[in-house]
Amino acid sequence: MDPSLIDALGRLVGSRWVRHRRAELATYTMDGLPTHESVPGLVVMPGTRAELVAVMRLLHERRVPFVARGAGTGLSGGALAEPTAALVALTRLNHILHVDPVRRRAVVEPGVVNARLSEAVAPHGLYYAPDPSSQTACTIGGNVAENAGGPHCLKYGVTTNHVVALEVVLADGSIVRLGSPHGDAWGPDLVGLFVGSEGMFGIACEITVRLEPIPVAVRTLLADFPSVRAASEAVSAIIAAGVLPAALEMMDRACVQAVESSIYAAGYPTDAAAVLLAEVDGTPEAVAADADLVAALLRAHGAREVRSASTLDERARLWQGRKKAFGAMGRIAPDLAVQDAVVPRSVLPDILDRIEEIRARHSLMISNVFHAGDGNLHPNISFDRRDAAVAERVRVASSEIMAACVAAGGTITGEHGVGNDKIAYMPLIFDAETLGAMQAVRRVFDPTERANPGKVVPVHACREWRRGGRA
Amino acid sequence: MSETITMRLRALLGSDSVERDPDGLPRATPASADAVALVCRTADAEGWKIRVEGQGTWLTPDAPADLAVSTRGLDQIISVSPADLVASVEAGATLEAVRRRLAEQGMWLAADPPGRPGRSIGSVVATATAGPLRLGFGPVRDHVLGCTIATGDGRLVRAGGRVVKNVAGYDLTKLQIGGFGGFGIVTDVHLRLRALPRADVTLVARGTRDTLTAAGRDLAGAMTPAALELMSPALATEPEWLLAARFLGTDAGVQADMRRLAGQAPLSWQPLPAERSASFWQLSARGMLGGPVTFRLGVLGDGLDETIDLVAHDLDEGLISAGASSGMLRWTGLATVERLRAVRRAAAAREIPMTLERAPWPVRHALGHFGAYREGVGQLVGRLRESFDPHGCLSVALEGVEHG
Repeated sequence: MDPSLIDALGRLVGSRWVRHRRAELATYTMDGLPTHESVPGLVVMPGTRAELVAVMRLLHERRVPFVARGAGTGLSGGALAEPTAALVALTRLNHILHVDPVRRRAVVEPGVVNARLSEAVAPHGLYYAPDPSSQTACTIGGNVAENAGGPHCLKYGVTTNHVVALEVVLADGSIVRLGSPHGDAWGPDLVGLFVGSEGMFGIACEITVRLEPIPVAVRTLLADFPSVRAASEAVSAIIAAGVLPAALEMMDRACVQAVESSIYAAGYPTDAAAVLLAEVDGTPEAVAADADLVAALLRAHGAREVRSASTLDERARLWQGRKKAFGAMGRIAPDLAVQDAVVPRSVLPDILDRIEEIRARHSLMISNVFHAGDGNLHPNISFDRRDAAVAERVRVASSEIMAACVAAGGTITGEHGVGNDKIAYMPLIFDAETLGAMQAVRRVFDPTERANPGKVVPVHACREWRRGGRA
Repeated sequence: MSETITMRLRALLGSDSVERDPDGLPRATPASADAVALVCRTADAEGWKIRVEGQGTWLTPDAPADLAVSTRGLDQIISVSPADLVASVEAGATLEAVRRRLAEQGMWLAADPPGRPGRSIGSVVATATAGPLRLGFGPVRDHVLGCTIATGDGRLVRAGGRVVKNVAGYDLTKLQIGGFGGFGIVTDVHLRLRALPRADVTLVARGTRDTLTAAGRDLAGAMTPAALELMSPALATEPEWLLAARFLGTDAGVQADMRRLAGQAPLSWQPLPAERSASFWQLSARGMLGGPVTFRLGVLGDGLDETIDLVAHDLDEGLISAGASSGMLRWTGLATVERLRAVRRAAAAREIPMTLERAPWPVRHALGHFGAYREGVGQLVGRLRESFDPHGCLSVALEGVEHG
């Protein structure tokens, strides 16, 4: 990187907040996905909104591409930057600016950690609903970029359902205010368009979110099944009965065994083909009725045992295995490729058979954890990336899994985003015209294409959209 | 020119798909998304202006244009998947037809948009008109998983998908929901459905407006109604203001909420007989067509009283339906451009956006559906429109000619 740029950035944010030496950049070469690596040109860490704007203006003047980064917990290589790009780390912009308990709104900076927001508003009886597995580390800004989900999104929706307004610094350093804290927007739904744009439209510097009241009553049920098919059918039966659980999570045998042989053992039956966690919340009466109905449906579909918990401690015990599943899998092999895809709920058993067939053919270790209620799969491949041949088999198996999910009517990502990991799969689900439309929309926000270049939209596969001809 | 256009359209679509509207304007009723795109492509090349029509109640068929494109030929329910709770329907399918088909299979679209049951799904999406159920089930955007759009220059964009969770690519669907057709013509949509609830109970309480708004605020925190709607006397056809609460779910849960509600002083809640509750909600939805102009204001429960005062000051408090905490107030009636502008200005001063949902063309033209935007947004919207309608074929007034 140009030394004069490093100096100029240092003058804006303080030289200790500009990292450019090889050793300093090592932390920033990867996100949560171990299959992609790239060394950024430099890392700049603005400490205030004003510094962020100044940094963006400078990068604009110098025509330097940039990549926004939160905690780096992403799982699609979305926050990796090329050596020609500046990485704008937002972790110092970590202030909760305002909480309005009456209107159930909070205004936060992008670097606020997801779980910290819920902790901060808990005294008001409120919480922030989207709960990605990485919620103790990941930031709200990153959640906005990826439109992050989590186990409880079945009932409460993903990030886009909880963001009502955004203040955004565009690539040219100008500021736009999207949405309105009240609910309805001033004009088209640009907040909806921005959320999930993976850092390619600009950087959100102020995020206004909706908070939810903490449910009065919660019941967690844990059931184990002799087959994945039976568990999947139980899931469909629950949804079809008109119950919308807060969460409906499944783990397959490989996942349960990984958990139970780790320090996170939660007492799940290791001979089960599938373990299902169902959580219902609401008023005490509704919870009692829903829980009875869910338990009956679980048994009717072949659950061997149904455990139930309603106190915080007991519920935490049932959830422990699910929450620590990724940690447990991480102990099996040096690397874990956490994959993400969605299929229509009704084809879950078929797609799991297909994944098993792919796994066996490539001699890999795959364990499945998934948000069964919305058909969102996480086939996780344990491997050692130092073995190039294995890494290649992981890549091929991943692409076969994606193709199978798309063929079943699904999509290539439900909550992790496309980043650079899945860009090659985009033409599987979108035609050239639609990809062209995405590219055109990106250029509306960022005409020079400097924000997170090279991600999400495979430019070679787009049909070119002409620029507007209107005066 | 209309003769030439009619002939060209007949050559493109066949004579069955082309007619003249009462004013002699050529009207195409293409029967597929490809045919809509073809009409747009031709209009774009020829410099013709298009207006989009559904059933004619929300996207009022009076915008100046060289031809009309009606979605009435696109009325198929393409697919319904009970196991996945997803349906794909063409934009011209009516709400009523979709509801009937879904109910046969134990499902429903958890939305109760204002207007007649005969309005098209496309109009619900294009205007993003959510009704009282917005409280429990979210705005229109929460029910739409994807859609196909024909752009002004005749490209077909297939946004989103058919699964309930999807973050692949930018969320282009959101731009179309509430885009009033300014970013293309929606030809089909993929909808997220719900299983029919086991219990569905509506209760009403009567009283003065401020008693009801205050009670509504308290109540929304204490229980989880699917709808909690304040209605003006004229809308409710009652001597007093009305607060209506709707509870959906299991019998035990709904019964408990009803007991809890009964304990909420000072209101006296009366359950509607089961056979009356559907017609109650349908009548109030239809009431939102009571005047030639309908608009919505994005406001939260604590600002409701003040906002109704504001509307009453410049217009009247005739036909009003407002979510007690859901962030939306809807008004319909007779209003001049000047009065509406005054409301929009007063609302803007309170950080409340006003969206003109339906109005005769002179009003839409003057005020625009959205009017002035906030900082920097106008430029983005302008460039988005250029991308999706490069030569301005789509006759839609998003901004209006006079801001404010």
